[in-house]
Amino acid sequence: MVAFYRRMDAVFKALADASRRTLLDELHRENGRTLGDLCGRLDMTRQAVTKHLRVLEEASLVAVVRRGREKRHFLNPVPIHEIAERWIRKYERSRLDALSELKRGLEQQNQPKIKPE
Amino acid sequence: MEKSAFVYVTYIRTTPEKLWEALTQPEFTKQFFFGCTMETEWKAGAAWKLVGSDGELKDAGEILEIDPPRRLVLSWRNEFKPELMAEGESRMTYELEPDGETVKFTVLHEMDQPESKLIRAVSNGWPLILSSLKTLLETGESLEDTRSS
Repeated sequence: MVAFYRRMDAVFKALADASRRTLLDELHRENGRTLGDLCGRLDMTRQAVTKHLRVLEEASLVAVVRRGREKRHFLNPVPIHEIAERWIRKYERSRLDALSELKRGLEQQNQPKIKPE
Repeated sequence: MEKSAFVYVTYIRTTPEKLWEALTQPEFTKQFFFGCTMETEWKAGAAWKLVGSDGELKDAGEILEIDPPRRLVLSWRNEFKPELMAEGESRMTYELEPDGETVKFTVLHEMDQPESKLIRAVSNGWPLILSSLKTLLETGESLEDTRSS
């Protein structure tokens, strides 16, 4: 569990940067790109792209696949899915629960009381 | 050359040996691979078939590289949907690397053509199969949706 939270920290840190989010969007548009290819399409230095890709790779948001001398970068859907599971769905559910509780409460108010409590 | 690819990296609390066993042995694959089993001799150059619990042939190909419990590379073609069969052979790689108390498990499924329908189809299948595999190895029980086809 500790390892899971350490990995989640790395994911949130990696996402807290606009350049890195742009890189993820670029890979979402076209997956499996080389460093040179990514540099060509972004307004960032090669050094900056290299640094950001390393942070994304450490957070497992990007997976690097080596083919001989070529390194291609792929989006890894797993950490974003884990965020959705752990941080988004949970809160959606409680909002739904809150609504159904509100509904139940309101409906009960309209019921004639049989005996006062 | 434009390619299509699906990549999935997950960390599973297990050993490379146990993960390899789960990926290859029918009593395990049945539980997380939609009831399917792999029929092959598990050596380089051997043919393999993925067969459903109903006996239907799903996918097939050849073992290109095998290095237990580290790496498996398969050529992979669909055998049951005409529009996917028409695309011919893709390539699927499993990579297992120990990482502390876990195994970093990478699945790469690629095809030498852009906008591959096969890659789009497997991109929908793999996440459920792999998350069920992780759940099976970590808790002893797979996800119910993945136990039959």
